[in-house]
Amino acid sequence: MPIEYVAKRALQLLLIVFVAVTINFLIPRLIPGDPVESALQTKMAMTGNVNVDVQAVAAAYRAKFGLDKPLWLQYVNYWGSLLNRDLGVSLVDFPQPVVEKIQSAVPWTLALLSVSTVISFFLGSILGALIAWPRAPRVLHVLVPPFMLLSSVPFFLLGIVLLFTFSVIVPWFPPGGGFDPVSILRLDVPTVLDLLYHAILPSLALVLGSIGFWGLGMRAMMVSVLGEDHITFAESKGLPPERVFLWYGMRNALLPQVTSLAIALGSILSGAVLVEVIFNYPGLGGILFLAIAGKDYFVIQGIVLMLILALALSLFVVDLIYPLIDPRIRYHP
Amino acid sequence: MSVATPTAVTGRRPFGTAGLRGILRSPRMSGSLVAGIAMVALVVMLSLFGPRFVNARLAAVGSVRPSQPPSAQYLLGTDSQGRDMLTIMVLGTPQTLRIGLIAGVVGLAVGLVLGLTSGFFGGAVDAVIRVLADSLLTVPSLAIMVVIAASVGHMTVELMGLTVAALAWMHPTRTIRSQVLSIRERSYVSVARANGESEPGILFREIMPNLVPYIAASFVGAVSGAILAAVGLEAIGLGPNDVHTLGTTIYWAERFSAVLRGQWWWWGPPIVVISFIFVGLFLLSAGLDRIANPKLRQRT
Repeated sequence: MPIEYVAKRALQLLLIVFVAVTINFLIPRLIPGDPVESALQTKMAMTGNVNVDVQAVAAAYRAKFGLDKPLWLQYVNYWGSLLNRDLGVSLVDFPQPVVEKIQSAVPWTLALLSVSTVISFFLGSILGALIAWPRAPRVLHVLVPPFMLLSSVPFFLLGIVLLFTFSVIVPWFPPGGGFDPVSILRLDVPTVLDLLYHAILPSLALVLGSIGFWGLGMRAMMVSVLGEDHITFAESKGLPPERVFLWYGMRNALLPQVTSLAIALGSILSGAVLVEVIFNYPGLGGILFLAIAGKDYFVIQGIVLMLILALALSLFVVDLIYPLIDPRIRYHP
Repeated sequence: MSVATPTAVTGRRPFGTAGLRGILRSPRMSGSLVAGIAMVALVVMLSLFGPRFVNARLAAVGSVRPSQPPSAQYLLGTDSQGRDMLTIMVLGTPQTLRIGLIAGVVGLAVGLVLGLTSGFFGGAVDAVIRVLADSLLTVPSLAIMVVIAASVGHMTVELMGLTVAALAWMHPTRTIRSQVLSIRERSYVSVARANGESEPGILFREIMPNLVPYIAASFVGAVSGAILAAVGLEAIGLGPNDVHTLGTTIYWAERFSAVLRGQWWWWGPPIVVISFIFVGLFLLSAGLDRIANPKLRQRT
């Protein structure tokens, strides 16, 4: 792999990181109104402690966090604390550091998202390829289109319907959460089974909602691949149709799907965050929902930054892998 | 529109007039396009005229008996805070559509200008626009919108639309740019240039008319993406503060655990309406795609 290609991609990654951090720093400061003050006001109103001077408390806060300094200095400090993995402290669960909160949530989101994306990617691609193939069983032409309609419906709406059907009407699955609250998390068989048991419904929502997307893309690609000369040649050589389908058709049609994966990952991530909210899952989405409800400002910012960085990093990896699996791709954008 | 003539009935219509049946039988009309238009039109009609037939006071907290399942008196039941669900649906649907339309129109307009500029003029401008659009496409839009929406003190429908629009222009930009690039190289553009037509003339008289199907498809895509984003933001509690929308209804149902308490009439109606809108827009865009890319029609 040429070094310039990697350098170029790495540069793009750095650019996204830089833009994300800057946006995350600037937006709250550009928008009129002081979130710290309004958060403090809400908290005080809740405790009934109304004769405290909110402005003075907010000013003390600002001095402590350096929010009274000029903007450029704040920006430099912001970068400094980021590099020290310091995202501030939670206002609701004071004084838990935001980094700690996020660290405990990331594995949940990562596991849920990666497993469901892999399942739906392959299932959807196979189904999509099959309905483009003239020899495919007729049943598929009835089975697949509903998935395509389903793919236009947001994941979290499917999640609500699944949750209601399979844990309220027929109580087969737990009503949300990531694990049995009375169990202790450790690495043994019952715990793993319990984790899987809790993950089935949320990942089902993600899988059902995205199979159609992969199917549509794959069908279009497969139709164009099957029209190419090498397919006709393979058929006239007398190769078994299954072999032509798998090795001459699907293998070639699958590659552009990886590009779509890179583009779709952002919206899948956004969707997964909302699914976690519905299932009260302990991932990033779950804590984001609680942070928004509690106006926990630094936590919201930390999660947002985390989401953007994680996605940029995974795209970087996809970019590096892609030329390895598709030799037709030259090492330039 | 003229009465269906024999030629229109056979589907081979001459230039000019065509009856409704002629339009329906044109190869450009597919089942999905007709179904999509019908579904979207139904929702639009209901949101235009529906609010006149309901009493807005029933959507206020405590106006009716709380937590009632659907009955003859409350057709869609009431929520735990004593609001009539039917009224909320009728008032909320137009607001959700408005957010989608504002974001879709603004996003498309920005995308159109950037895409045309980028594709037609090329060079450094093109490079900047392309890098910007491509990098923003890879950012999870929900994340950025959460930062904006959480920082805004008082959220309104218009602000919500603009927030969503801030991240709705990249897809239209890319689609239109790539189309301009391909149309620019066609021979009739060269002929126009050889005839001495000015650059703006080529852009607006030769290129723009051929972009119409793509612009229509982009618009549908932008509106659908905008409604998706808006509903998502509303469902996590960042929606407009002073009006009902479909997403905020789901937010309140979520806050009051309506799913686990079995109050299906609370979250069911918004889900049905949102899904109906999305399926309609999906069919519509699939139908428009066939017009924009006739090759798809031949292959499948």
